[in-house]
Formats: sequence, structure tokens, C-alpha cells
Amino acid sequence: MIMQGKKLKKYFPIRKGVFLQVAGHVKALEEVDFHIDERENLGIVGESGCGKTTLGRVLTQIYEPTSGTLEYFDPDGNSHIIKKRMGKHTMKLFRRDIQMIFQDPFSSLDPRMTVGDILREPLEVHRIYSSRKETEEYIAYLLERVGLYPEYSNRYPHEFSGGQRQRISIARAIALKPRMIVCDEPTSALDVSVQSQIVNLLKELQEEEKMSYFFISHNLDLVHHVSDRIMVMYLGSVMEEGKSEEVFSNTSHPYTKVLMKSVPNWDPKHRGLQDVKLEGEPPSPINPPKGCPFNTRCPNVMDICRKEKPELISISDNHKAACWLFKK
Amino acid sequence: MSIINVNNLKTHFRTDEGIVKAVDDVSFELRDKEILAIVGESGCGKSVTVQTVMGLLRCPPAIIEGSIVYQGKELVGMKPNEYQKIRGKEIGMIFQEPMSAFDPLYTVGQQASEAVSVHFNLDTHSIRERVIKMFEKVGIPEAEKRFDEYPHQMSGGMLQRMMIALTLACEPNVLIADEPTTALDVTIQAQVLNLMRDLQKETGTSIIFITHDLGVVAEIADRIHVMYAGKIVEKASVIDLFDTAKHPYTQGLLDSRLKRNLKGQELPYIKGNVPRAFEFPQGCRFNPRCPYAKEICMREMPPDFEIAKNHTVACWLYDGADSK
Repeated sequence: MIMQGKKLKKYFPIRKGVFLQVAGHVKALEEVDFHIDERENLGIVGESGCGKTTLGRVLTQIYEPTSGTLEYFDPDGNSHIIKKRMGKHTMKLFRRDIQMIFQDPFSSLDPRMTVGDILREPLEVHRIYSSRKETEEYIAYLLERVGLYPEYSNRYPHEFSGGQRQRISIARAIALKPRMIVCDEPTSALDVSVQSQIVNLLKELQEEEKMSYFFISHNLDLVHHVSDRIMVMYLGSVMEEGKSEEVFSNTSHPYTKVLMKSVPNWDPKHRGLQDVKLEGEPPSPINPPKGCPFNTRCPNVMDICRKEKPELISISDNHKAACWLFKK
Repeated sequence: MSIINVNNLKTHFRTDEGIVKAVDDVSFELRDKEILAIVGESGCGKSVTVQTVMGLLRCPPAIIEGSIVYQGKELVGMKPNEYQKIRGKEIGMIFQEPMSAFDPLYTVGQQASEAVSVHFNLDTHSIRERVIKMFEKVGIPEAEKRFDEYPHQMSGGMLQRMMIALTLACEPNVLIADEPTTALDVTIQAQVLNLMRDLQKETGTSIIFITHDLGVVAEIADRIHVMYAGKIVEKASVIDLFDTAKHPYTQGLLDSRLKRNLKGQELPYIKGNVPRAFEFPQGCRFNPRCPYAKEICMREMPPDFEIAKNHTVACWLYDGADSK
């Protein structure tokens, strides 16, 4: 195992008035459990505002969780609890092992740094190479590794297209040979024809570097392609979780079903969107509904759904859904 | 019957880096009561094409040549005050980002009413009634109350419905939708697409639908034009395009769909990147990325070859088929 989270919660305070008193909370994450194994791809899928990005940021320590525990296992298998004040040594190890690729390749690269500077920074911080020559050779190797030319190291990010910038981000993420990369919508800002190139590159790198991906996306087809295991999120909670094949072939939660039906099926002879009967929009995370978060839109809603929030219930091996329909 | 006829339209911009040929010699027609989709990746000129049709580009500095005929009237070079009578009233437009298309300082009701008051000679009360009726039609709950609310109080999906409502309140003949669902979630996208299709059936409005998403196109369009680097490379009906796409670029786009059965395999992709607008290659603009590029492709721009009824392809592979 690389990481494990238990009952992770993240509330963002809303401050109002002259004295900035806390007037409420945006409840971005509600008691989410997850774990990710060595060389495993965990896909997180959901619509905007479901908390998938927040989860990714909590586990990379960009955000401090409001409550819950986050556990990290170092390469020797020792467990460390990740929190604000942890030992410098553990922190460094953790930072090196867990890297991140961001959604927007236009704002995630410093415009004042050359590509070489961007790739050199992590190597210097972690003192990977002692000589300048070795560092430069490694940077050239990294650029080639992600399909760019070594000469590019003197250029600035604005000289590149979106796809090329995302390759630079990937090079930066793999520079320290991490064991896990959090990919937050790595292709959603890219053109269709470039998207597949990046996905192929990520898969190829994984084969060679033996990494895990924590893969966040709103695109079901993409998550299906990349992930071994999938978590479907809605309004800060996990609705369904399981082996990728299982979730797609034996979709159980009413929300996941609607989500799958809403994806256009690329076949003008069999148009399917008319059949999507989902009214309304996701409720606000500031004031989520009582009980199951999906109860305001669910076609199968029952009395109990409005009163009590369902736990994740086992449907089969490696497949769970948080829905009262499956309570025996 | 066609409502809009665009012939040899060119929209160019002068920049420091050279002339950007955003739209270069594009011709198409919009037929009565149809949904025409213009598909392409970012920078292919699809948005500029419809902005030119809407008269949203000032000329100069933009260089606009060719002709756009709407119901017998030539739109290129039309005086601004005449254009105003057409814009909004005859041709309406829905923008991509509902969040930024509304003015945050006015209520949505005021903004919707403004459009109606410009084109119809009605008193305030009947304008309000008309707008609220439109809001109800696009499925906004508590339309009466929403009328006096501000854009920030609304979700993206709701705002996009309102934009559709305020555009349709003037009963335009033509509706131009520029990526209307790109900023929305899939479940909301499904709702908005269903709404647009239902309203189109009811009112008989012709729609030009701009998108980069072929999946959306398959759901909604009657005919498709594929654009690449300022040119239309393929025109076909939606069925023909998905069954027998001819242009290598269209084929590439269709192949780059993430099919479920490709799990664990390498995905097909189009090599290279979309060229920048001021450095389009010579000859066919797709030639550096094309797997079938021949010598002639590097030299000469291919004309439209008609390979079947209502199906044209701008590609040298189909030279020999009847040239138009």
C-alpha cells in the first residue's frame, strides 16, 4: 500500500462581515475512505463540485483535512501519519514519493522559469545529483522521455502548445521517480486529438516506472480506460466504488447509472440522451440535503433516503455502493 | 431552402506575428429547420466563423471578405445600425461560458428584458410576462422569483437555460450556439441538449451548433461540417459522417474516441499538434499530421470533391471523384 485515508473530511469556512466571522462551511469532503496500492490506478470520477479535486489536494497535503487520518507508507513499508507538523525527514520522503499533475497546463508552469529551471528545481531541492553535468544530462533524458527535444530546456512555457506543456508537467512529476502521481484532470484542457497522446504517454510511463496513478476526471470513458479501481463521488461523498470492469458492467448506484447514460454514445442512429430523465441540479455543498446526498434527484428515492445517509454496502467482492436499495 | 448562405468567407487578422487567417475561404449554407454542427478543435476558426456571421467583429481591424447572405440580404459590409435589427431579432446567439456572458451587475430579468425591449415595441409589464413565460418554457423553477435575481445566484446549467430563454424570447429564425454545453457537467449537458432539441422541434428555428465534441454532435445534429485550420475539410450528413468519414482528419477525430474495448491498449491518435494560425503549412493544412500525405498535398490546397450526394471532402485522396 502507498496511502490510506480514513474518514477524511474537508470543510472550507465561509467568512462574512467586518470581523470575518465564520458564517458557514462549504462541505467539500464528507468522511471519505480510500486506499491506493503499489502500481494501482485509482480513478475518481464525478461532476464539478463533487469533491474529487479536494480529495486529490488533501492527499498531497495542499489542503489540511478538517478531520480524519491520512497514512503514508514509505518504500520500506513503514507507516507514517501525514499531518501538518511531521518530521522533516518524513515530509521530504513523502513529497518525493507523491507528485502531482495539474489540470491547467497554462497556469501550472511558472512563466518566468525556463523548462530547464522547472525540471531542475525538484532535483536541486532533493539533492539528487551532485554535479551540474549529471543534472543537465538527466533533464535532457526527461525531456526525451516525454516526447520533447532536449534543446527545449532553454525555452519558456509560453512557447509551447497545451499538449507540450502538459508533457513538461509530466516530466516534472516523474523527475524524482515518485511511487504515485495524483493526476487532476490531466487532459481536460486539451484538444481531442492531443488527449490520446497524453493518455498513451501516461500509460507508457507507468509500465516503465512502475507508479500508481490517483486519476481524477469527470470523463467516464477516460477513467475506465486508465483505472483498475474506480470511486464515483457526489457532493463530497463516495457513491460507488469497485473494480473498474465491475462498476461499468454491473453499475449499481442510481447516480452512477444516470451519469453513464448522460455520456453521448457517438451513434447518430441510436441517440440515447432523450432517455436521460434526471431533473434538477446538484444541491449546494454549503447546505447539503439530509440523508443520502443524491435523494433530491434520485429516481428510486425512498423514505429512509431522506432521513439517514447510507454507508457503503458490499454488493459483491470489490464492489460497494452507498445506497439503501442494497441494504438487506 | 437555405436561410444563410456563406460564400468564400475570409476573416483575417493582422498581428505582430503576421496575418492570421482564422477563417480562410469557407462556404456553407444553413438550411431551413435544420441543426448544422460545425466541429473542430481549438483554433480551427469555428468560433470566428459564427462571430463573423453575427457581425461581432469590427472591420477594420479584422479583414472580412466574401459574402454572407441572410434571406436575400448581404451581411458583409452592412451598416452597424442595420445589423442591429438583424442581430438578436433574426439571428440569436448563445455563448459558451454562461458565467461570463451575463453582466453581474444586472438581474437576469433586466438583461433578458433589454433584448426584448430593443426589438419589440412593448410596455414593461408585457415584456416581463413574455420573459417569465420563456423562463418557464426552458424549465426554470420559480421563474417569477428568478427574474429578479442576479447571475451569481444561479448555477451554470440554470444560466445556460436563461441564455437560451433570452435568445429565444425574440423569436429568431436562426440560433447560433457556440459550445453551449462545454462548460457544463454531463448530466446538465444532457438536460440542455434535450431542451434545445425540443425547442427546435417546436419553433422550427434553424441552429448552427459549434462544438469540439463529436459525441454531442451525434446526439443533436442533422448535418456536420468539420473544420481544420480555418478550412472546412468535410461536409456530410450526421449518419454519413459517422458511417463513412472520408477525410483523414475526420477519421482521426473519430478514432481518438476512448472506446471501452480499448482498455489496456494504446489509443489511436493524430500525431503532432494543431498548427498555429500564423504558420499554417503550405498546401493542405493537415499534411504534416496526415498519414496519407502525398507530394501534391504539400504543394496545393485541395478543392472540395463531391464523393456522394451532400458529402464533400477537401482531400487529394479523392481526386478523380467529381470536383465541384
